[in-house]
Amino acid sequence: MHISPVLWQFLVKWLTNSALFPREASTIAPYADALYFFLLLITIVGLVLVGTLVFGFAIRYRKERNPVATQVEGSTLLEATWTIIPLALFLIVFVWGALLYFRIYNPPTNAMNIYVVGKQWMWKSEHPGGQHEINNLHVPMGVPIQLTMISQDVFHSFSVPDFRVKREVIPGRYSTVWFEATTPGTYHIFCTQYCGTKHSGMIGEVTVLSPEDYKKWTEASTSGMSLAQNGERLFASMGCNACHSGNAAARGPNLAGVYGSKLRLANGGEVLVNEAYLRDAILNPSQHVTAGYAPIMPTYQGQISEEGLIDLVEYLKSLKTNYRVQQTLTTSESNQAAPMTPEVVKP
Amino acid sequence: MSATSSTIVNLPDQRTATIPKKNYITAEHGLLSWVLTGDHKRIAMLYLISITFFFFIGGAFAGLIRLELLTPQPDLVASDTYNKLFSMHGIVMVFLFLVPSVPATLGNFLIPIMIGAKDLAFPKINLLSWYLYLVGGVLTLGALVMGGVDTGWTFTTPLSTHYLNTHVITAGLAIFVAGFSSIFTGLNFIVTIHRMRAPGMTWFRMPLFVWANYAASILMVLGTPVLAITLVLVVLERTIHIGVFDPQLGGDPLLFQHLFWFYSHPAVYIMILPGMGVMSEVISTFSRKRVFGYTAVAFSSVAIAVFGFFVWEHHMFIMGVSNYSALVFSLLTMLVAVPSAIKVFNWAFTLQKGSITFETPMLYAFAFIGLFTIGGLTGVFLASLGLDIHLTETYFIVAHFHYVMVGGMLMAFLGGVHFWWPKMTGRMYPESISKLSAIVSFIGFNLTFMPQFILGYLGMPRRYHAYPAEYQVLNVLSTAGATVLGVGFLMPLIYLAWSLKYGAIAGNNPWQATGLEWQIQSPPLTENFIETPIMDHEAYDYEWLAHKTEQEVTTVG
Repeated sequence: MHISPVLWQFLVKWLTNSALFPREASTIAPYADALYFFLLLITIVGLVLVGTLVFGFAIRYRKERNPVATQVEGSTLLEATWTIIPLALFLIVFVWGALLYFRIYNPPTNAMNIYVVGKQWMWKSEHPGGQHEINNLHVPMGVPIQLTMISQDVFHSFSVPDFRVKREVIPGRYSTVWFEATTPGTYHIFCTQYCGTKHSGMIGEVTVLSPEDYKKWTEASTSGMSLAQNGERLFASMGCNACHSGNAAARGPNLAGVYGSKLRLANGGEVLVNEAYLRDAILNPSQHVTAGYAPIMPTYQGQISEEGLIDLVEYLKSLKTNYRVQQTLTTSESNQAAPMTPEVVKP
Repeated sequence: MSATSSTIVNLPDQRTATIPKKNYITAEHGLLSWVLTGDHKRIAMLYLISITFFFFIGGAFAGLIRLELLTPQPDLVASDTYNKLFSMHGIVMVFLFLVPSVPATLGNFLIPIMIGAKDLAFPKINLLSWYLYLVGGVLTLGALVMGGVDTGWTFTTPLSTHYLNTHVITAGLAIFVAGFSSIFTGLNFIVTIHRMRAPGMTWFRMPLFVWANYAASILMVLGTPVLAITLVLVVLERTIHIGVFDPQLGGDPLLFQHLFWFYSHPAVYIMILPGMGVMSEVISTFSRKRVFGYTAVAFSSVAIAVFGFFVWEHHMFIMGVSNYSALVFSLLTMLVAVPSAIKVFNWAFTLQKGSITFETPMLYAFAFIGLFTIGGLTGVFLASLGLDIHLTETYFIVAHFHYVMVGGMLMAFLGGVHFWWPKMTGRMYPESISKLSAIVSFIGFNLTFMPQFILGYLGMPRRYHAYPAEYQVLNVLSTAGATVLGVGFLMPLIYLAWSLKYGAIAGNNPWQATGLEWQIQSPPLTENFIETPIMDHEAYDYEWLAHKTEQEVTTVG
């Protein structure tokens, strides 16, 4: 009897192409795998221990060998042992796991930020330089990358198994994850949160490039406008600059340098201005009135796409002076003849 | 019976033995006498038939899912159909099989007898709970027939409230109604256990099966209403667009997750605790020994029930919850693993110095210990914050909860059904073929779900209709295992039905077990006991049993 050579070759190819362990392609992966192997060890030791006890007792005390059972009440000492030892092991795992969690979810301060928008059923990545990609993400090797992600519709989850990172992508809320890729290549992106019909089609690839290749890629695929430049256009075309002109008399607060600052609100609270705050203040302005200003800003809910919001947020992050804002404003208002009456300056 | 025999089965002389003429099955005749009954034993049988029906429906979905996953391409069914298959598999298995499995069948049948009562405290509510279960079941079947539902069993918003066009409301109502069925069962058990114990039946003389069901009942009564409220909110958001969960309507998308898991994590313990109760009974009986550390096992059930309420956020570690709250919930999750470890070691040491025999229920118990240990320890992987990031929402978690729910609860349920089959029907199941089916299930189970751990670490996401080709080998193994497992589950259906007519007559106490249920006739009388029993010994007191048997021989024989 022999196996058909065709079948044999098929089997060999099939088996050699099959995966058993994911690649370690990020700086985080070895840390995650270390904990994994530790837990695997605990599991195997635990299983062998329980197996030995059960099978050992079952053989030693089977009815043929031990016709009469000896009644035992219990043993506080033994029970304390198997309470305390598992507890101690679990606590070690807890601390180890917590350290890993904080490593994965606290990005280094020098991380390069890329935006990811999830929608049924695709991933859109937006690079600061204005490169847009769908179901693909090009990143340089050896640079910490932070992804700021949001969903346009339902829950999604951004997972790159070979990096051992994953984060839920939530509608109406930015979430972040970071990684530093170590090996050039392409890696799966999966949406791991069930999101409707084509959930299993919401996949893509991370392409990790060497720094030189990445530079070539960014130059070749730019659309000519960075996110912040897109944002500047939107800022003018949606009329934001009319109130947020930076003048002392303006109806809206000055936005230059607001990112990263602490802002006092009309309701007495104090907030740190980050991406999430900026986005929320555009969509729900009445809940985020800066102290000293009237709640007159209309909501922009439903009028800007998530990509537009990202552009605006990037623009505001880059806004250090109102020089260009006022220039744009003067250009558009130069035709109006009537001079403005100076308003009373509010305290 | 010789002392060196390898079995404890002690059947009456088959030439002269008969099933007692008067018992709960023969007490009344006709369909009406069943569907209008107040007898907890008859209601238990109604439940047994209904949940078996739904188990095989859910199992058929599982079979189709595994068949689709045989190849990486989405080729057997359409994506929407696949999504409906795993949604219906989850809904049917969780709400219509696992939650009622042991409590509503074995618990219903046994709890009153075990504590020496004539029935549950509220027989009519007990019957009502079965009808509610049926309504839930029929609504689920209705949703299925009308075209199914594809939310997943977790009903994640805003997908379920805003984006899907399937029968979400019908399915939601089905679970809402079935939820009340389990609330009523839980309530009935709590009141019965508190108020109707026989004289002498103190809390610490109760069989551990009763303790386990008591703990599960508390979870049912306190947890299920939260699920009911959540589902009502989902239905309201879907119909009249109140903005609770959908951020576009001003809702909070994480709120649903909090509310849903506040029930659905304790629900895991609703599903496993009664199974643990079965294990204590079976292991004690077939090792002729009291359960090692009775109090520790009893209190560990209660501890699991209490801690079980405070770990729900571990389903949300990657959802952008505060890192510090994640710390707290991870720690509590580690703590809830400890009582389970205590139980496993206590069962193992119950075997020590016993006189062990290997009848079918005991084989299921061994399978339970092994599979539950794996299921429990892989839970620690997921409780560990950093590793949960990589493992959650993959096949690792699928394998983990199937090890607990199928490897644990279903094995316990099957062990329990075999163990009490002679009591419920008066007849024995065929021993050799049932041993074979236990072994087939064990092998099939491991072949199905062990590859899924590896798939999960590779990163294969759950609920995927198509997958990258490099995952195929492991998926083929898993599907092959599912086939074996299916055979292992079909066999009992056939031989148990056969035994109803042809099984050996069991007599009162074929296992020579100590529980009160074994001291009365099989099948029991409608009123269980002719006179109220008086409990004058501990649970699992084999010396009392030997003494009693000796006395009966001298007075009767």
